[in-house]
Amino acid sequence: ASTLAFIESSKDGSVSRSSLSLLAAAQKLSNPITAVITGSKAEKTAEALKSSYSCSNLEKLVIFEDSKLDTCLPEQLTPLLVKLLKGGDYSHFVVSNSSVGKSVLPRVGALLDVQPVCEVTVIKDPKTFIRPIYAGNIISTIECQAEKKLLIIRASAFPPIAEGSMDSVTIEKRTDIPPCDLNVTWVKTILTKSERPELTSAQNVVTGGRALKDKETFEKLLSPLADVLHAAIGATRASVDNGLCDNSLQIGQTGKVVAPNLYIAIGVSGAVQHLAGMKDSKVIVAINNDPDAPIFNVADYGLQGDLYKIVPELTEKLGKYK
Amino acid sequence: MSAKQQLRILVPVKRVVDFQIKPRVNKTLTGIETSGIKFSINPFDDIAVEEAIRIKEKNKSLVESTHAVSIGSAKAQDILRNCLAKGIDTCSLIDSVGKENIEPLAIAKILKAVVEKKGSNLVLMGKQAIDDDCNNTGQMLAGLLNWPQATNAAKVEFLDNGRVQVTREIDDGEEVIEASLPMVITTDLRLNTPRYVGLPKLMKAKKKPIEKLDIAKDFPEINIEPQLKIVSMEEPKTKSPGVKLNSVDELIEKLKEVKAI
Repeated sequence: ASTLAFIESSKDGSVSRSSLSLLAAAQKLSNPITAVITGSKAEKTAEALKSSYSCSNLEKLVIFEDSKLDTCLPEQLTPLLVKLLKGGDYSHFVVSNSSVGKSVLPRVGALLDVQPVCEVTVIKDPKTFIRPIYAGNIISTIECQAEKKLLIIRASAFPPIAEGSMDSVTIEKRTDIPPCDLNVTWVKTILTKSERPELTSAQNVVTGGRALKDKETFEKLLSPLADVLHAAIGATRASVDNGLCDNSLQIGQTGKVVAPNLYIAIGVSGAVQHLAGMKDSKVIVAINNDPDAPIFNVADYGLQGDLYKIVPELTEKLGKYK
Repeated sequence: MSAKQQLRILVPVKRVVDFQIKPRVNKTLTGIETSGIKFSINPFDDIAVEEAIRIKEKNKSLVESTHAVSIGSAKAQDILRNCLAKGIDTCSLIDSVGKENIEPLAIAKILKAVVEKKGSNLVLMGKQAIDDDCNNTGQMLAGLLNWPQATNAAKVEFLDNGRVQVTREIDDGEEVIEASLPMVITTDLRLNTPRYVGLPKLMKAKKKPIEKLDIAKDFPEINIEPQLKIVSMEEPKTKSPGVKLNSVDELIEKLKEVKAI
């Protein structure tokens, strides 16, 4: 048995945070691990992984350094991954639940005739997995008997691998990339600019709900608090739909899933779809003027009252404490 | 003239437990309790239906047909009628005759057969069903057909050169891709807001025919037995109720105690 892991690079060539969590999950399969890295920065990413992190069982990095794989189009990655999986004797193939992982793995699965296990949060043993369904209202334990097991790993459920170095890991350069015969082109990527930590990997998250009324209030109330906590800012679907903030901040069943140390929900009512994306946070604080808001049922600490008084006071006092 | 191809749009729709219902595990811990519970069209599929109708309304000459299909219990008729009432041309129900829990891969294989039979060249479907939360079927269908895919669509445009431009929601922003038909597009929340359909239109749709097929008889070559075994289902342990505090100072004290700050 052996595991193939698909590693993604950040823009600067470093290993993406979700891939570090992916490798942590791959370790739990107790197989030798081969990681595949693609794109024009593949070698840089491979070197960074080798010299800065420690992952037991990781034996080999296979790199395909080719700029046509930079856009990670699933139509281009799929033939390559299918070839690796058919040719190797891998028992497991794992990707993280990033945008790329989610678009490519099911496509690969269809061509291998294997139903993947998606959004895995717990690896019980190499064939038994736990995943949430129904927006996290039900937890399902799944047994997979397939010869090749395909897994989409929920990155937020696995703390990233530790820092260190791996001298014995070998790097294998390959160029045998199968051609893509489909007429599809990447046009552009519009990244949401933010000075703050990345939402899904931030230690602290401050989230604003619909109660914040408008974009200005959202900014004015949340930014200073996020600043003192070095927190990422998140949002509910309602606040996104009402134009209070950008789409990419949405946390929930169909948005991002986060599990920070500290989660502060401000003016968030607590719809099940939102709870699905944050209820595994370690410490949850809810600040809301509605005493019946369901968010109080999942919060460790609740503070009921006027947001416009509480939040600035909290910001000021936390600032002094720090 | 433009190189625009006539669109034959297929919209697969799934009947799921309504998003406002909190599901409960059944007594045998193998599935959820479904009796007496409200079911609706999967919200993302509703967005796909809306998009198909908007494309048709915006450019009548571009669209040759819109067809909705649902695979599942005979009760899925209700959501198909709704699609007809909203403006979808025709629809079919593929009865799974008591088989539940058909996995995305098997669904994708059935949909591939439907695409081939109907000659569809654009599939619009929800990015994810809110029951199993898999987010698989669109990508699988595109893979099986060897078509381009555009998942998590936030905007769909038909260019004069016949290409389709899709703005996709990705982790840290948006991505724009272009492809030629045929292709599969899966819809995300902000693509559109589905319309409400009134009673008169619903009544009228009751008279429209629904093509009825049977998985076993009409798709005998497709294996719908699940590959994955559900060992158990349970409801997550509820956290012990939190503490309500009275002041910011108290909150800061507590956060210090648990080393959250």
